[in-house]
Amino acid sequence: MLLIRCPYCEEERPELEFRNAGEAHIARSANIDAESDDDFEKFFFIRANPKGVIYERWRHIHGCARFFNAVRDTVTDKFVMTYKAGEPKPAKLPGASK
Amino acid sequence: MAKAAARTKAAAASPSVERRPALAGRALSAPGVKVEILPPAERISLRAPQASLAALSKALGVTLPVKPKTSATKDGRTALWLGPDEWLIIDETGKDPLADCAKVTALHSAVGISHRNVAISVTGPVAAATVNSGCPQDLSLEAFPVGAASRTILGKSEAVLLRTAADAFRVECWRSFSDYVFTLLSEAASDAAN
Repeated sequence: MLLIRCPYCEEERPELEFRNAGEAHIARSANIDAESDDDFEKFFFIRANPKGVIYERWRHIHGCARFFNAVRDTVTDKFVMTYKAGEPKPAKLPGASK
Repeated sequence: MAKAAARTKAAAASPSVERRPALAGRALSAPGVKVEILPPAERISLRAPQASLAALSKALGVTLPVKPKTSATKDGRTALWLGPDEWLIIDETGKDPLADCAKVTALHSAVGISHRNVAISVTGPVAAATVNSGCPQDLSLEAFPVGAASRTILGKSEAVLLRTAADAFRVECWRSFSDYVFTLLSEAASDAAN
């Protein structure tokens, strides 16, 4: 079983307590009326779906119930790190070469 | 006995209403562990920002814990940390914590959930193994010491665990899941000692 570190519970918990909530850092336009159809489509439907490192939202639904962000490798399924919702994308990932 | 106590209390509130706690009185003993339904208690779900904690702690008579996975108990009233701004308050003395919160003017949300939950006690030397049959958390004394509390998953049901002693757990589950949870723990209890 995967252990995922919840930044609010400050410890690793079994994956059964968590639920994935899609890609992270997708900002909703402040003026959504003015969005063109193309821009709205990008915001609403188009996701990066990379092979490798992905930034995701996760929710500790059967725990503290909080949403947080996680960096995960889609190839190895390994969690690189997790951080609280609202915090910026980490500039440097632990263990990254550059 | 639990049933009788609940009836007396309900009768005092309104003579035409009878309260029937789910699974009242059910218990199971297996080698090394005992699983039983606990008597009804008063409970609230409390949500509050940091700034309101002092006022709420004073009104409730128990200091709301701010450290993850901890609880605080005073005079039969327990506050369990569920999330950064969420607590479960359980009062086993019959005093209503909702009434105490009503006097607080600081921002908070308190919802009475006394009868939404059913409490099951799991006691005995293999209590942790019994709970672990459906709960993936590390329940060793180092990771989950006495007084530790956590919302987690138990089989297919969500549950709140509170370790009341080295060999005793209080399992809080939703009323409609109580039959499932009790049966799961009973089955686990008969296996736990092996």
